[in-house]
Amino acid sequence: MSDNAPPKRPRRWMLYAPLGLAAAAGAGFYAMLQGLQDGSYDPRGVPSVLLGKPAPEFSLPALESVALPALAAEDLRGPLPGPVLVNFWASWCAPCIIEHPQLMRLSREGVAVYGINYKDRIPEAGAFLQRHGNPYRRLGRDEPGRTAIDWGVYGVPETYLLDRQGMIRWRWAGPITADTLENELRPLLRRYA
Amino acid sequence: MTRWIFLCLLLALPAWGAVGDPNERLADPAKEALARDIGRELRCLVCQNQSIEDSDAQLARDLRRLVRERVAAGEDQTAVIRFVHERYGDFVLLRPPVTAATMLLWATPVLALGGGIAVIMFRRRRAMAEAAALSPDEAKRLAELDRGAA
Amino acid sequence: MIGEIGHFALALGCILALVQAILPLIGAHRADARLMALASPLAGAQLIAIASAFGALLWAFAVNDTTVSNVVLNSHSQKPLLYKFSGAWGNHEGSMVLWVLILALCGGAVAGFGRDLPSALQARVIGILGLIAVGFLGFIIFTSNPFERVWPPPMDGQGLNPILQDPGLAFHPPMLYLGYVGYAVTFAFAVAALLEGRVDAAWGRWVRPWSLAAWSFLTLGIALGSWWAYYELGWGGYWFWDPVENASLLPWLIGTALLHSAIVVEKRESLKIWTVLLAILAFGMSLLGTFLVRSGVLNSVHAFANDPARGVFILALLMAYVAGALALFAWRAPKLGGTGIFAPISREGGLVLNNLLLCSIAAVVLVGTLWPMFADIMFGAKISVGAPFFNAATAPLAIPLVAAMAVGPLLAWKRADLAGALQRLWWVGALAVASAFLTLLVAGYHVLPALGFAAAAWLIGGATADLLDRIAAFRRPSQAWNRARGLPRAAWGSAIAHAGMGVTFAGLAGMGLATDTLVALKPGEATQLAGYEWRLERIRDVQGPNWSARRATVTVLDGGRVVTVLEPEKRFFPVGRMNTTEAAIHTNALRDLYAVLGDERDGGGVLRLHHNPLAPWIWFGAVIMALGGGLSLSDRRIRVSAPSRKAAAATA
Repeated sequence: MSDNAPPKRPRRWMLYAPLGLAAAAGAGFYAMLQGLQDGSYDPRGVPSVLLGKPAPEFSLPALESVALPALAAEDLRGPLPGPVLVNFWASWCAPCIIEHPQLMRLSREGVAVYGINYKDRIPEAGAFLQRHGNPYRRLGRDEPGRTAIDWGVYGVPETYLLDRQGMIRWRWAGPITADTLENELRPLLRRYA
Repeated sequence: MTRWIFLCLLLALPAWGAVGDPNERLADPAKEALARDIGRELRCLVCQNQSIEDSDAQLARDLRRLVRERVAAGEDQTAVIRFVHERYGDFVLLRPPVTAATMLLWATPVLALGGGIAVIMFRRRRAMAEAAALSPDEAKRLAELDRGAA
Repeated sequence: MIGEIGHFALALGCILALVQAILPLIGAHRADARLMALASPLAGAQLIAIASAFGALLWAFAVNDTTVSNVVLNSHSQKPLLYKFSGAWGNHEGSMVLWVLILALCGGAVAGFGRDLPSALQARVIGILGLIAVGFLGFIIFTSNPFERVWPPPMDGQGLNPILQDPGLAFHPPMLYLGYVGYAVTFAFAVAALLEGRVDAAWGRWVRPWSLAAWSFLTLGIALGSWWAYYELGWGGYWFWDPVENASLLPWLIGTALLHSAIVVEKRESLKIWTVLLAILAFGMSLLGTFLVRSGVLNSVHAFANDPARGVFILALLMAYVAGALALFAWRAPKLGGTGIFAPISREGGLVLNNLLLCSIAAVVLVGTLWPMFADIMFGAKISVGAPFFNAATAPLAIPLVAAMAVGPLLAWKRADLAGALQRLWWVGALAVASAFLTLLVAGYHVLPALGFAAAAWLIGGATADLLDRIAAFRRPSQAWNRARGLPRAAWGSAIAHAGMGVTFAGLAGMGLATDTLVALKPGEATQLAGYEWRLERIRDVQGPNWSARRATVTVLDGGRVVTVLEPEKRFFPVGRMNTTEAAIHTNALRDLYAVLGDERDGGGVLRLHHNPLAPWIWFGAVIMALGGGLSLSDRRIRVSAPSRKAAAATA
């Protein structure tokens, strides 16, 4: 084989195409890893289609073991006195216990927290609120889980923030930790206050 | 592989069984088959890589029941899928809709095949041209090859 | 103490790998025979070091050494010994040690079996394998130490996820890794060829057995995983197009293309540049799978902990090896040159078509797997790509591939007679059409199963026609036996592998006709499915070594005659507090009867019952494919080609 410069071969770029594709993919993967760390990329997050829309139509019965008014879509139509949180929870859900202190704190601070009890048994749900405290102003019982589907809920706990016009502004899937409360929710509560 | 099942197990949705409920199936075999076809197009959002037909998660069961109710009520595939799509967005569709963001994805088979054919045609034409007129370099190489073979 | 020895052995292996990467490559570059001669002993020493480390890890699991955090997290004293061992590689750290062990084994094999290789080529290949080993050993030592201590040691481990305590899954990772890592060797050959600026028939003859071996193991590994999903997950499904599954399918598709294009390099000294590219890509796909599974970027929840630092490290390795090799490829590939001339209708043409279609399918699977992630970061769109997409997008490419699979082997090199080949296949075509019609007639209007059976008949018949043709069974029947004995094993191997694909297609088609039912039965009650009567006898408690279970007894009758007694279980594992369902399966090779136990209520139980025609053929076909690969591998021509070439060179 001679080591002469190869004869003028047109379209040598074809040989560079695999390298280019690999480099582009690598850059993309790097961006994903960075995003994983700063939270901007979450492969499992499902966006809510309700953002910027009013709450879907629903009407739920009250939970018999708790003396709280029931919850329906009319209660979430604007104008509202202030921003409202709608929290889907269940007594069998372990992360709900983690987030409960944060809900209690918000409730004490005067934020309107409405609850939707998802696929639960009545006595257990009542006992849960007795043990951990009741943050809810209104509480609807969604035993069949249909209202949750109308909201696009895919697991409990899940929390929605509605502004004074009754528009859904924020959805949080998973427990609201102390960190979530301070860094995500409080700025929004101030903005929509 | 297939370790996503852990999530289903770990999320600890109420563990009321794991196989499903006979009552949830439709009596009419044609409608049940349609409901299954629809279910296979919809993603279980909890066990995120399964269809709702394959999943034991509570939400998947609820969605299965919902699909069957709507099928029983006489809705067709498009209508049922639209109903779920309106609530859960593009993410729930295992067959991604053709949008600006998925054009390239859907074009992949055609692009790969077309690109491959173009490359083959191009290289073949050049090889033919080179074979027709041997450059001095190639004549030398051919001679080398002959010597090697001898 | 054993743990420290293991850790030390890993570090020693890393240093040896570094030396193995540097000295032989320098030696090959300077044509220094002494430096090149170091390659084999270094590869052997590295193998001993890594094997010691792996042995230490197995020991820690075998004696349930709870001072090792990996044991604590993944094992338990009450586990059967097999699952203590499989627990050692069922986690991120341990599986990486298995990975580098197999890499070291490959290095040792190139050193041991490769004495007849040109010494520069052998030195380069071993050096590049050392370079790969350095990266992954560094990854283990710096981010994933399997011998990390915990103090004070807990009383016992936390147990292995019960769903992984299964013989099928115990051997799934080693098989898969033998495949993935086997492509490291073809990768090393490709990079060595680029460094040398030369690809010849001898190179093709060396790459083929390695790609065959890797392909056979990968085929078995994927089949084991799919079989495990079928019997363990209890849905009767066998392939879910999950990203993690796709990650193992990608190297298989590219590897299959490589297997075929390497033949052209060996036989015709053509497609050299393309084959080198495929060898790089096959290993690239293996590494991509490793990255996707272990970095956390995938939307697939798996057992490996997702540490972004690990993700960055693997990405760096992926880029260093793959992008590095591709850069070398762009720079050096023109030197490889030499596109042989062949007519479009020829054996070469058929193999080019095979490569085109396989790579297009691979592109669809790759893009489909990665698209949700890239759509997210590029457009902020959250989308899903699932089975309906993959089925729709790959089928139009798979159909011509299957059609060509039977024709290709009948074509002659350089220029072939397509009409003649089709003429020899006329009875196969008739068989395929008949299969399709028979399916429609017997099973009713099911288009996909009918197509599947047609494909199966076409492939199995095509392989038979190919063999009959080669032994001239019709033209000279008297000599057929002798010709059959004289036929190279590679010819048998390829025909058997193609037929194995046909068997798998028959299984897939059969599963397309599967029926199932969901019933609530009380003891003594029965239901009908697929012509069988399924009677629930009782449900009772049973006790296993590390689990307790509820077990249902289901008698299956065919016209009053007992076919089998199925005993599906719902197991509870106290360690880890987990439930699993154990499907009960009865097979007679033509169909599976499959039962899963669900809830219990009102003294009875919910049962899901499946009748899966030809289900075992899916995996049986994969075993036949792997056997075909093994048979080709044992071909005398492959084994003796290199020495004869060396002898020729010596006399020249």
